[in-house]
Amino acid sequence: MRYDNLLASVGHTPLVGLPQLSPSPDVRLWAKLEDRNPTGSIKDRPALRMVEEAEKDGRLRPGCTILEPTSGNTGISIAMAAKLKGYRCVFVMPENTSEERRQILRMWGAEIVSSPAAGGSNEAVRVAKQMSVEHPDWVMLYQYGNEANALAHEQGTGPELLADLPSITHFVAGLGTTGTLMGVSRFFRQAKPDVRIVAAEPRYGELVYGLRNLDEGFVPELYDASLIDSRFSVGPRDAVRRVRELLELEGIFAGISTGAILHAALGQAAKAVKAGESADIAFVICDGGWKYLSTGAYEGTIDEAEDRLEGQLWA
Amino acid sequence: MAIEVRIPTILRTYTDGAKAVDAEGASLAALIDSLDANHPGIKERLIENGDLRRFINIYVNDEDVRFLGGLEAELSDGDQVVVLPAVAGG
Repeated sequence: MRYDNLLASVGHTPLVGLPQLSPSPDVRLWAKLEDRNPTGSIKDRPALRMVEEAEKDGRLRPGCTILEPTSGNTGISIAMAAKLKGYRCVFVMPENTSEERRQILRMWGAEIVSSPAAGGSNEAVRVAKQMSVEHPDWVMLYQYGNEANALAHEQGTGPELLADLPSITHFVAGLGTTGTLMGVSRFFRQAKPDVRIVAAEPRYGELVYGLRNLDEGFVPELYDASLIDSRFSVGPRDAVRRVRELLELEGIFAGISTGAILHAALGQAAKAVKAGESADIAFVICDGGWKYLSTGAYEGTIDEAEDRLEGQLWA
Repeated sequence: MAIEVRIPTILRTYTDGAKAVDAEGASLAALIDSLDANHPGIKERLIENGDLRRFINIYVNDEDVRFLGGLEAELSDGDQVVVLPAVAGG
């Protein structure tokens, strides 16, 4: 496949069958390989779309500085696009994110501001919002509330899935900014309303939920619960177990959050088998496992890996 | 009928620091009433105007109760209930 430049090659990712993990010929699992995007994650889609929309409406002009709270992948995607387009980037990242993500961001020329580990991404959002008040000329794309995030999936990921798998019955993805689920769901609610939309939400260690009070909680502005049919909380133990199964049985080396998504997808598959229904369940491989090697998730026993992930933002 | 309820750090002032407590009830609403009977005040932190508070998520066997009928969600013996504040991902 030929493209004019790297940015033009975002999306159009392969959908591959998983014959070993699928429980029967009638209940099949399909993986959408979003790690095949230019910077290796699904976030290239929303990042590029948010940048382009901000350019279109005039908010983003040559020489501008982009500010964004990110635990990593969105930042990496924005940094790549910004490098090619000539913007400066400042990212606010929780300090308990993997070293690889920081190195990659610095490599692409981004500046990193660390936010406290306690409170996780909530703190990063808070710090970034504060910085945006101090620097009104900086452009915060704000992935949690930017409609272009969901639009990238409504016009890209969703149609690609339906074209490759017209018999699709379920779509399973991770719940972070909620952009993937909101966008893909909006597409299917129109194009094929009986497709069930399932969210897999990573459940971290206690440190991440260490809010000072409940009013500091956070629900992304993009989130619309009516666009989701069920939502599962998946802890590090199940995520690690599944991410290892994916490699062992299907040869796919994915990041830890994909393990959480696979866990929820297998839950849907088991339900379909029990009900005697056929199902074509598509789920997202968010990224490859490279950036998470230092977390220790891929070595030793599951118990050891679970202990190592305690307190880390592994998704 | 005992159901284990896992309590987030921020609400452990109501459970004398306990990470998990037992409660009873055939529905989530009944469970929260039983929780409040033993740990007075906790209900008000979970429920507002007859519904779950916006920044509170409750999971029954890892599934979000908002998709299982909310406060009317049915519970059975041995279920595990987890209460967590809503935090940002991404």
